[in-house]
Amino acid sequence: MPTPLTRTLVVNGEDRTVTVADDGEQLLYVLRNQLDQRGPRFGCGVAQCGACTVLVDGEIRRSCVTPLRTVPEGASVATLDGLDANGAHPLQRAFIEQQAAQCAFCVNGIIMGAAGWLEQRNESGETAAPSDEEIAAFLSGEVGESTFNYLCRCGAHVRMIRAIRQAAEELLS
Amino acid sequence: MTTNELTRRGFLTGVGSLAVAFTLGPAVLDQQAAQAVAAGRRPGVRIDETPADDSLAWLVLTPAGVTIHSGKVELGTGVQTALTQIVVEELHLPTGRVGYVQGDTQVTPDQGTTAGSKTIQNGGPELRRAAATAFQALLDLAAEWFGVSRDRLVASDGVISVAGTRRRVTYEQLLANADLVLVADRDAPLASPDDYRIVGQSEPRVELPDKVTARFRYVHDVRVPGMLHGRVIRPAGRNARFQAIDPGSLDRARAIPGFVTVVQRDNFVGVVADTEWAAIQAANPSTGIEVTWEDGQPLVAQESLPEALRDPANHYRTVEVVGVGDVDEALPAASIQVEASYFTPFQMHAAMGPSCAVADVRSQPDRETGVRATVWSSTQNVYNLRDSVASLLGLPSGSVRVIYEEGAGCYGHNGADDVAGDAALLSEAAGRPVRVQWSRQDEHGWEPLGPAMAHDLRGGVTNGEVVAWEHITSTPTHVSRPNANPGTLIAGALTGTLPSPLPNSSGNTGTRNGPVNYTFPNRRVIGKLVRSFETTGETSGTPAAPLRYRFMRSTALRSLGGFSNSFANESFLDELAAASGADPLELRLRSLDDPRAIAVVEALSEVWAARPSGGDGAGAGIAFQRYEAEFAYVAAYAEVTVDADSGAIRVPRVVVAHDCGLIINPDGLRNQIEGNVIQGIGRTLKEEVHFDARGVTSVVWEQNQFNPTPQYPVLRFSEVPDIEITLIDRPHEPAWGSGEPAIGCVPGAIGNAVFAATGVRIRTLPMTPARVLDALA
Repeated sequence: MPTPLTRTLVVNGEDRTVTVADDGEQLLYVLRNQLDQRGPRFGCGVAQCGACTVLVDGEIRRSCVTPLRTVPEGASVATLDGLDANGAHPLQRAFIEQQAAQCAFCVNGIIMGAAGWLEQRNESGETAAPSDEEIAAFLSGEVGESTFNYLCRCGAHVRMIRAIRQAAEELLS
Repeated sequence: MTTNELTRRGFLTGVGSLAVAFTLGPAVLDQQAAQAVAAGRRPGVRIDETPADDSLAWLVLTPAGVTIHSGKVELGTGVQTALTQIVVEELHLPTGRVGYVQGDTQVTPDQGTTAGSKTIQNGGPELRRAAATAFQALLDLAAEWFGVSRDRLVASDGVISVAGTRRRVTYEQLLANADLVLVADRDAPLASPDDYRIVGQSEPRVELPDKVTARFRYVHDVRVPGMLHGRVIRPAGRNARFQAIDPGSLDRARAIPGFVTVVQRDNFVGVVADTEWAAIQAANPSTGIEVTWEDGQPLVAQESLPEALRDPANHYRTVEVVGVGDVDEALPAASIQVEASYFTPFQMHAAMGPSCAVADVRSQPDRETGVRATVWSSTQNVYNLRDSVASLLGLPSGSVRVIYEEGAGCYGHNGADDVAGDAALLSEAAGRPVRVQWSRQDEHGWEPLGPAMAHDLRGGVTNGEVVAWEHITSTPTHVSRPNANPGTLIAGALTGTLPSPLPNSSGNTGTRNGPVNYTFPNRRVIGKLVRSFETTGETSGTPAAPLRYRFMRSTALRSLGGFSNSFANESFLDELAAASGADPLELRLRSLDDPRAIAVVEALSEVWAARPSGGDGAGAGIAFQRYEAEFAYVAAYAEVTVDADSGAIRVPRVVVAHDCGLIINPDGLRNQIEGNVIQGIGRTLKEEVHFDARGVTSVVWEQNQFNPTPQYPVLRFSEVPDIEITLIDRPHEPAWGSGEPAIGCVPGAIGNAVFAATGVRIRTLPMTPARVLDALA
């Protein structure tokens, strides 16, 4: 029988308590169906596309393969819905300026992944904005220990890379 | 048109009751506007499709704003923005927030399927005429307002003034006193392209801010009161039949907290639960229901597809699409004769979000509207889906309402309609609204596919000119969209309805872009129509019995047969060039007589002249096509590198020259072309649906421990080239669509580049490292 679980998470800065009947329920469904988050999206359920990406305590996580029981009590969860109070995070503005999407279903993952990655680079003392090649490598799961790949099917890749570079430059300036 | 020609309807003109629309978000505005219009409560001007009382509106202008009612829907390609530009241009309005109600069988006119790069091309002129009609009405109203003749009026940015005076009136003032219902006038005067202020500008996408801030509502985000969650449990094979649900597993499913019911009708099985997680658990054979299935007729084996497509026993019809001159006489007489065969496998739409729909099927019709079933779907055609869902449920069409909600990508007839059928059956059974979200495995495993294609070409060259050209295309159907037959939906087929008969022609489907635009004097294009399932006779396309598929269900995938036909045509023309020592670009120019075709090829001359010399693992190739042989002109140049050790092809650079007539939104057009290039590279290098005797085995993006066999990947960020685009604008020509013209040039340009790089011709897609190594060996 499944084990019920109650957790309090800090979702986009706000305390939210959720109860699930099965502590194996993936974070994605908790966020979408109990906490009204639209950013994290179901794409594959097997951590191969990135559409469900969120940040858990600053770490890039694929919420489709993150059972709630593995998310610590009191953990902070950041989603695209709350990335910026006014929806004007440099990444969001850059994506609009560069018109870096078509259907945009994948955009949640690309922006949240990039937000987490740029923050990590910042914390590690990196002072230069990443090159287009580095951004492409990150989004292809070829940077550091991360093997997370991000997929886009519409073909807005070139624009997304440009938007991330623009946002990175702004964040560093 | 003058005021006394206007038809009038008794609208109430209570100005004080207006909703404040422009301060609300688009979704709210759209709903309010739609409801208000339906109730006929507003002052203003409404432009209808026909004079009938039940006519739907194209355009509603009220003092609070303008709302477009579009039967063409936003599939993520930017048409909402472009169509809005067309409308505000004719209305002489500034850009700004214009309401856009799309794809709703209760509200929007039926503009057919949103497909085939026809939204700007066909939907644009319809809305443009509606807007021009409305503008003429505004001029009439202003003439009345001022008591002057129309020719003294000047309109700009929502204000009409009397020339040479300070007298002015806003549209809001005019509309507050109007009560006009007009029919879109085919002859309404149109703004001159020379005066365009907004058409031709790179207006930013209107819905993008909501998309990057997670405010946008996709079909996956639709929630309705009382909604349950459903999942489907598909058969173990395309032709498999239901045997039993293991009783122990049923008990196990019932114990899942939130489990509601299991629905089994014939071969259709689904579960319904209070929560999405419970539905997922109930549908999972290791935690929920286990179904046993009886194997049916085996599918034709994947490795024998090239032979099977060419096997006359699999052809129910042969169609001559082009017959010019006498190929049989000219070919043997040619001094150089070449034959080659090409192949493209089954490929898929592969949208990032698996298909999803919500259906609310009631036991009684709504008292006011008569609607019994409401479906929210990312379908390309709400009207056709309405008809198929209605017949699936045994209801009249008028009691089903389908409302479009954007999904993930589209790229043709994907699983959007099928999942709506699933939701309808589950909602009917559960007596509650049900949301069905397909899993990734459902999507990869069961979405309708772009079919495999085999091509056999023969050509002859004499004195450097192509004198004979023959192209035989063999492929299953490229069109199996929903219609009033419920068998066009998976849910209908699994509950015992036969699929629709196979088409009698391959005209603009399987043989799309089979015909070339080159002036070869003798040419023939033939389509061999492959039977997807057992039919009632050798030459019949009518299904003989349920679940007797030979090949997996196939349908419209971006550009249909055009992708593979152009791959074959443009590769083979390169083969003729090589055999006769001609320069590929020169040969194309010599073989074209249409100045616009010549212009896009010539636009590549400079980059072609500076191309890598080839032969050392790096090379360049070009391709040309005119979309559907009669619309947009595209020429593409691709550079590749081929790693002789690994067999890996990389495409570092692509250059495209594109002429689709009048350009509505240059940046939106570039975005589409980039998407065509990137998706085209994926389909050329990586994408192949793998299957066994039962069905699809490539059910996720990449191989993993649960799926150790080859899967279905798409292009990665690190594999994307630099893309350079030359747009040729033709402001005085009709605007053609750009959703798929460019993709057809990609595989040919890459294949030709690989040949230039290695001297080896790859004639089978995708050009995987293994195939490249085989070819190089």
